[in-house]
Amino acid sequence: MKTLVIAEHDKGVLKPETNKTITAAVKLGFDVDLLLAGDNLSAMSEQAASIAGVSNVLIADDAAYAHQLAENLADLVLSLADNYSHIVASATTTGKNFMPRVAALLDVAQISEIIDVIDADTFKRPIYAGNAIATVKSLDSKKVITVRASSFDIAQEQAPVAVTSVAGKGSVGLSEFVSEEQTESERPELTAAPVVISGGRGMQNGENFALLNGIADKLGAAIGASRAAVDAGFVPNDMQVGQTGKIVAPDLYIAVGISGAIQHLAGMKDSKVIVAINKDPDAPIFQVADYGLVADLFDVLPELESAL
Amino acid sequence: MKVLVPIKRVIDYNVKARVKSDNSDVDLTNVKMAMNPFCEIAIEEAIRLKEAGTVTEVIAVTIGAKAAQEQLRTALALGADKAIHIETDEKLESLHIAKLLAKVVEKEAPELVILGKQSIDSDNNQTGQMLAALTNRGQGTFASKLDIDNAMVKVTREVDGGLQTVELKLPAVVTTDLRLNEPRYASLPNIMKAKRKPLEVIAADSLGVDLAPRTQLVSVSEPVKRSGGIIVDDVAQLVEKLKTEAKVI
Repeated sequence: MKTLVIAEHDKGVLKPETNKTITAAVKLGFDVDLLLAGDNLSAMSEQAASIAGVSNVLIADDAAYAHQLAENLADLVLSLADNYSHIVASATTTGKNFMPRVAALLDVAQISEIIDVIDADTFKRPIYAGNAIATVKSLDSKKVITVRASSFDIAQEQAPVAVTSVAGKGSVGLSEFVSEEQTESERPELTAAPVVISGGRGMQNGENFALLNGIADKLGAAIGASRAAVDAGFVPNDMQVGQTGKIVAPDLYIAVGISGAIQHLAGMKDSKVIVAINKDPDAPIFQVADYGLVADLFDVLPELESAL
Repeated sequence: MKVLVPIKRVIDYNVKARVKSDNSDVDLTNVKMAMNPFCEIAIEEAIRLKEAGTVTEVIAVTIGAKAAQEQLRTALALGADKAIHIETDEKLESLHIAKLLAKVVEKEAPELVILGKQSIDSDNNQTGQMLAALTNRGQGTFASKLDIDNAMVKVTREVDGGLQTVELKLPAVVTTDLRLNEPRYASLPNIMKAKRKPLEVIAADSLGVDLAPRTQLVSVSEPVKRSGGIIVDDVAQLVEKLKTEAKVI
């Protein structure tokens, strides 16, 4: 029995989610092969071979895999699947996109977004927006699993292991990449930021989100938002933290003018330290906050910025 | 062109799910149920495509117990033309659902299937992708924009770090993200009209799909509770605590 992990990368750099996924894969107890699919991979292959726990790196260098289109990538993984009992990827938008396709092609169920490995067949995963934790046992011969990276540590380094090339059939002809538009931001990416400061409906309008900028700059923080703030049109949807937005687990999460609806808590309650600033002392956010400040955010935010 | 929109009856998103005391599952007795929010967006998109003249027929389909017909009626009230209920009392998994939907796709031959990206109960985010695989169609997941042009659909997808646009050959499968549209409400006259629209009921067992469980739910537990925090007096004390006690800044 062996485990295949599919690496995720962007602009020639392996994403940290891949290292964390390898930590989860090692817990399964079998040898771990890492598949790196894309084009111009040479710079990344050594990086991939140096992640502790990886036994072998498989490289599939083909323009058809450059943007990790689900149709092409799933076909490649399927062609390698005979050698593996477990197939694992991060529960990022890329992993969530191609892995269920792999599972269906193999005629097996997928276990989504695991947060813990009990044994090689049994896993824990959150359901109902994180309000319940299900322990699920896979009855299939092959396990297809996505990993919630924020629940696992980053793997250490090791002396590089062997790298072998594998060939897939390239494009299966169902889809083409057209373009991409990266969100321009000097700030760290929301899901990877060590500090996140988020605003909610209490911010009252989009302009007031500028009050968070100075604090975010001083803390090296990413700026997030609650669904209420997004629905009210204050900020774009890609800033949304919650069940239907991004799941974050930073060292410090500062919730400003956010009541703490379950949808929002699902996206941030695994943060190490939570600070809530809200003028309503009964807001549910105070039940999960380590430090709460009951005050008007318009008084507090400028004060906080100058105190940092 | 014909569009198929699979929808799901789930716990209302404002309700906090409670775990049963025997830890066997989440307690859904006497809980308010509703259409999954992402499915509402899928229905809305199909209706808008119909209003724009791109689509001629919108079919809503659901799989589950009899009560799910309530959500099909909602879909009809929002503007779907007909509904299909695949009836079963079994608790099915994404793979089963995708296989049953593949049978409907085979029969109805829609050029486009629009699903929600995930249901807010099981939080799996699998069915659309699995259906695309089983019907050998291209997939446009987490869509925030659709552009249909002849035999192609251009899908702008919400991905980590920004947006990605892909072009799929039709027929294709699309799953909706929140930004795709803002769903409308059903008006009272439309709710009345929906009662007269066709709703076909098919027994899940009659479709020849193996519905044997692939996973076993061992237990369901409450998430670990965070220990109660403290209320600080002012900003100075907050910053002090974060620096010396929590050591996070």
